[in-house]
Amino acid sequence: MKELSLNILDITMNSVKAGADKINISLFETEETLQIEIKDNGCGMKEDFVKNVTDPFTTTRTTRKVGLGIPFFKLAAEQTGGSLNIVSKHESDFPDLHGTVITALFYKNHFDFTPLGDIISTLVTLLQGAPEIEWLFVHKTPAGEVLLDTAELRSVLGDIPLNTPDVLLWIRESLEEQYGEIKAGSSL
Amino acid sequence: MKSLAELAAIREKMQNKVVLREGSSDMRVVVGMATCGIAAGARPVLNTFVEEVANSGLGDKVIVTQTGCIGICQFEPVVEIYESGKEKVTYVKMSPEKAKEVVEKHLKGGQVIEEYAIKNI
Repeated sequence: MKELSLNILDITMNSVKAGADKINISLFETEETLQIEIKDNGCGMKEDFVKNVTDPFTTTRTTRKVGLGIPFFKLAAEQTGGSLNIVSKHESDFPDLHGTVITALFYKNHFDFTPLGDIISTLVTLLQGAPEIEWLFVHKTPAGEVLLDTAELRSVLGDIPLNTPDVLLWIRESLEEQYGEIKAGSSL
Repeated sequence: MKSLAELAAIREKMQNKVVLREGSSDMRVVVGMATCGIAAGARPVLNTFVEEVANSGLGDKVIVTQTGCIGICQFEPVVEIYESGKEKVTYVKMSPEKAKEVVEKHLKGGQVIEEYAIKNI
């Protein structure tokens, strides 16, 4: 993947497929590090599956026996000296509180750090594909923060779907504006 | 700062349109968005379709959706066009430029761009 925002899109697709109705994507940045956390309330994974989920030969896809989403993300973190961590609770063991949290830590000044890239396009793509999910995106940097809370938008939009083209454009512009304000100091 | 008032205005505008939209989509554009598609450049392809369909006023006729791995990863980004009463068309190795062309010639003009398509499998 050329940008971490593409890894984020790819990994978050798993949360969508897990049937989550609430997904939080959080980026925490310091001068040296970037921590990416993707948290969902989907069906979760069983303990045995979590153990093997970073293995490329573990996958839920049915078209072939290789799954590279999580291995790619793990590699991107580890090649900067960082790490990837997964905590998951499967719905059969935790009927009331199930879901998955994936956390990846990156060292930004490492030679092999992949740039974050176009995170706005990733968010717009996710909202376009799964407008019924409640999304919370936050990007905290030393220079300020960017926030997208679809619950807030929905309270204004009523039953107009989030993936209406005009709404997606508004969301894109709102994020661009917020990033414009904190541009100095962020890794963008 | 973008205001929520703008969003409320979009809502007003859309509410008048909702009745017209129901059940009128007769073309479906499906973009493969699994790891293989994303790594090969499916994100800008999808977003180009979304924007161009809206810009060319095809919003009532065409819906753009996402799917997982279609199974021909070596040909990603892959886009399938479904139209009622017609055979599915599969476009391969797509780019935002090709996507624009597909909107113009195929979705708008009804003409399949054979050069970018493969035989159905």
